[in-house]
Amino acid sequence: MNKTLSTAAAAIALVTAATACGGGGGEGQGGGDDAIVLGFSQVGAESGWRTANTESIKNAAKDAGIELKFSDAQQQQENQIQAIRSFIQQGVDVIAFSPVVESGWDTVLAEAKSAGIPVVLTDRAVETDQKDVYETFLGSDFVEEGRKAGQWLVEEYADSEEDVNIVELQGTTGSAPAIDRKEGFTEIISEHDNFEITASQDGDFTRSGGQEVMQAFLSSDDDIDVLYAHNDDMALGAIESIESAGLEPGEDITIISIDGIKDAFQAMADGKINLVVECNPLIGPQLMDLVGKVHAGEEVEERITVEEGVYTQDEAEEELPDRKY
Amino acid sequence: MSAQMRRLMWPLLVLAGLLAANLAVTPGFFEISVKDGRLYGSLVDILHFGTPLLLISLGMTLVIALRGIDLSVGAVVAVSAALACEMIAAADHPGSPATVAAAVATALGASALLGLWNGFLVAVLRIQPIVATLILMIAGRGVAQLITGGQITTVRSEPYRRIAAGDVAAVPVTLVVAAATVLLMWLLVRRTALGLLIEAIGGNAEAGRLAGIRATGMTVAAYTFCGVCAGLAGVVISANTGSADGNNAGLWIELDAILAVVIGGTLLSGGRFSIAGTVLGAVIVQSLSTTVYTMGVPPESALVFKAVVVFLVCLLQSPRFRAQVAAPFGRGRPPRPAPTGPGLAPSEEDAVRPTATGADEPGRQEVPR
Repeated sequence: MNKTLSTAAAAIALVTAATACGGGGGEGQGGGDDAIVLGFSQVGAESGWRTANTESIKNAAKDAGIELKFSDAQQQQENQIQAIRSFIQQGVDVIAFSPVVESGWDTVLAEAKSAGIPVVLTDRAVETDQKDVYETFLGSDFVEEGRKAGQWLVEEYADSEEDVNIVELQGTTGSAPAIDRKEGFTEIISEHDNFEITASQDGDFTRSGGQEVMQAFLSSDDDIDVLYAHNDDMALGAIESIESAGLEPGEDITIISIDGIKDAFQAMADGKINLVVECNPLIGPQLMDLVGKVHAGEEVEERITVEEGVYTQDEAEEELPDRKY
Repeated sequence: MSAQMRRLMWPLLVLAGLLAANLAVTPGFFEISVKDGRLYGSLVDILHFGTPLLLISLGMTLVIALRGIDLSVGAVVAVSAALACEMIAAADHPGSPATVAAAVATALGASALLGLWNGFLVAVLRIQPIVATLILMIAGRGVAQLITGGQITTVRSEPYRRIAAGDVAAVPVTLVVAAATVLLMWLLVRRTALGLLIEAIGGNAEAGRLAGIRATGMTVAAYTFCGVCAGLAGVVISANTGSADGNNAGLWIELDAILAVVIGGTLLSGGRFSIAGTVLGAVIVQSLSTTVYTMGVPPESALVFKAVVVFLVCLLQSPRFRAQVAAPFGRGRPPRPAPTGPGLAPSEEDAVRPTATGADEPGRQEVPR
């Protein structure tokens, strides 16, 4: 019984490997035997940010001559573990993935390690007590993004002695970006006495959430100087509320937001957002560079931060045509 | 006091309590002013942002009265929003009223079809409502994501924006839409025999059938109506932000809607329903969110806060709980007769029910005995 099972399993694995190879070969560019094979498992396609992330990785792989085996986990950890196992069976050179959740990766990471395949994490970290199960983690530093937002605000109001009242639209309660972006921002703001966060609520990272919460802020408090939104969508929703309250977004209320989606750059070009701190999904080139190094056996740092910019209204117009997402 | 008023008294009390608490924390809470020729204030906000929930709850009321449930309304919201926004975004003249009218009509038509599909599964194929609508709950969101390509579609169309941000004689359009829907539904089901027939089928399908009511058609119609309501909510939600978000539009709104219906006194076991109760329920649920924001309840405790208030409403609505609380104070109630024997003792409920709840609440009996 056991034997039949394992034979069947092997056969299935073979078929999977064969079809995957067929797919890869079809769109490959005949890189030959020496092309690095990268297995990448994406979280899903839940937002424009994520789609841009996927596109960047696919394009960068093509440019770097790396053969990419791409798999979409559709937000399910099981799918992702399955994809990684199939990468191991196919004997790819490097595995990279954006973990759907933080924990539960120990077994599959150990399998990759014992198969001698280096692993690179992107965008999100994993929780593990084992050592050296992955080479490096390439992702945004959300705390730093919060700090950048705070830093700009402090400089912008450097000449002002008056109190600056800030309202904050938080991301989904408990999510890593929400916690970290709040922490980084508060860290900078709290060094200055005249800055105060007067209200802070969960806007769920959505436009309608941002709009509804901002409306409530505006109705209960008529002295708001600054809005700090944990992502662009909430800021865009809040702009609707600010306008319906008869105020000028960007003028009467200074608006800072994080992410850097196209719509936010448009709003910034229209003068409705004052600052966008970028959370860059275009990590493809950086990732391919890392994959090359890891494959060559070079030492890489355990934590690598994505290159990210800060954009003000002056740069918005110029940057807008280049925004891909 | 009519039976209906008495039933609505407890949710009304809770709503009054919520609003009073808000007034205490935010003195200007009840202020209503006119800004840019439009009514403005916290109370207006509650009704404005509560409109989508109210619309869905109205549809849900009929479905629940028929002993059903519709879990797919959130997905229908997403599909309707996605369709309307994509059509406007793809049109040559996004700002023309004709484009917007066509987009809204398409969105509502598609929602009606989705509702019809639910009704067909439930009434004709006899699939359990919770399972039948679960299919569309999952698949519908996928369809919405397909329509928008997984992206948030932004539209810049003034007429579409006015659906949410416009006003009719200073009253926000959303409030007008909500009021019109309530009125239409009331005329349809309460000024005709329709409501009575629905209650008959919901209360006892077999008895309804024997009385000659066509339950199948009625059920299909109720789910279709629910779909259209959800579609309308989707239009309002997407017009509000000028964008369609296939992933998040109307996410979990089915749960809020069921809650609103139940708070309003309509029983999940079908039968009697109350339109006024549902309106009240939706306003309470929305007031809860607004209260969290204006009172500054920390986001970490917001869910607990909401749960406590909902729990309170449910407790107050339980005749048995009220009787238990009231019991020590007597209130001139005849003393409970001493048990005369194991078999003859009146059950606790029998002793309590007549005085505390009155005979006007026949539908509120726990589980059929």
